[in-house]
Amino acid sequence: MSRTETSHRVRDGARVIAPFAVAVAAFGVTFGVLARDAGLGGAKAVVFSATTFAGSAQFAATSVLSAGGTLAAAIAAAVLLNTRYIPIGLSVAPSLRGPAWKRGLRAQLVVDESWAVSHLGGGRYDPRLLLGAGLTLYCAWVAGTTAGSVAGSLLGDPETLGLDAAFPALFLALLAGQVRGRIGVVAALGGAAVAAALVPFVPPGVPVVAASVVCLIGLRRPPGEPPS
Amino acid sequence: MDAWILIAVVGACTIALKGLGPLVIGGRPLPRPLLGVVALLAPTLLAALIVTQAFADGRHLVVDARAAGLGVALVAVLLRAPVLVVVVLAAATAALARAVA
Repeated sequence: MSRTETSHRVRDGARVIAPFAVAVAAFGVTFGVLARDAGLGGAKAVVFSATTFAGSAQFAATSVLSAGGTLAAAIAAAVLLNTRYIPIGLSVAPSLRGPAWKRGLRAQLVVDESWAVSHLGGGRYDPRLLLGAGLTLYCAWVAGTTAGSVAGSLLGDPETLGLDAAFPALFLALLAGQVRGRIGVVAALGGAAVAAALVPFVPPGVPVVAASVVCLIGLRRPPGEPPS
Repeated sequence: MDAWILIAVVGACTIALKGLGPLVIGGRPLPRPLLGVVALLAPTLLAALIVTQAFADGRHLVVDARAAGLGVALVAVLLRAPVLVVVVLAAATAALARAVA
């Protein structure tokens, strides 16, 4: 493949992802605003987005903190949520070539959306589409977070604006895209039940982490489809 | 200080998790049982987060303006509204419920 063709494919990736990038940027604004409320004001939210680049985990950590959860619970919730990047990383691994540093760096550009658009079908991924789409999303996410972090200080009381209700709504929307098959529904309902049952007995944040034991039901029956 | 520890640990773990497949495990698949467990982590944790974020107030379970927001969000999700629309509708509903109350 020629060099020009490669750069074309990278640009294609950026073009295909553009509508998603707009949504991701707006999402980043939301994150910047909510993170500020959770004590991640100023540069903190921006550095978080630039180093972690995984929206749902960042929202999870922030929401646990703002609900009064401990640092350990916030970290555990975010890291557990990101373990899905193990199978996602595995799925793109055969399509990434070149030296280790390059493969490792490109793997960082994998998020749900860039992963989806670079899929060519049959488990094959286009690394150039991934590069173009991933870089575009990364810039949108970090820029959005910066804007939200700055704009957040201009907003009033987050509760008056209903921003605390934005978290559960966001997780619900994300959940809708993550539930696959009956076992996924069972896991979600089980996780919700365990978390609700534990709320009166343990400090904030712990119910979410403890609910993760429910996914051990996956030991009994592996899913038919690859996870995302 | 705590916030920087959170950012550093979550950032480092995420980079490691994303790089694990391409760098360490290569093209080999995870053992089937483990894959089954990992696949269910996201739905389980997201559902747990929804419940605690919407109904927990410290160590108490309460039904307040956030629940109204979540109800509207559920309808919006069922109608396949974009994520941002879902979030904005939920926030607006909770804000309205508080303003009325």
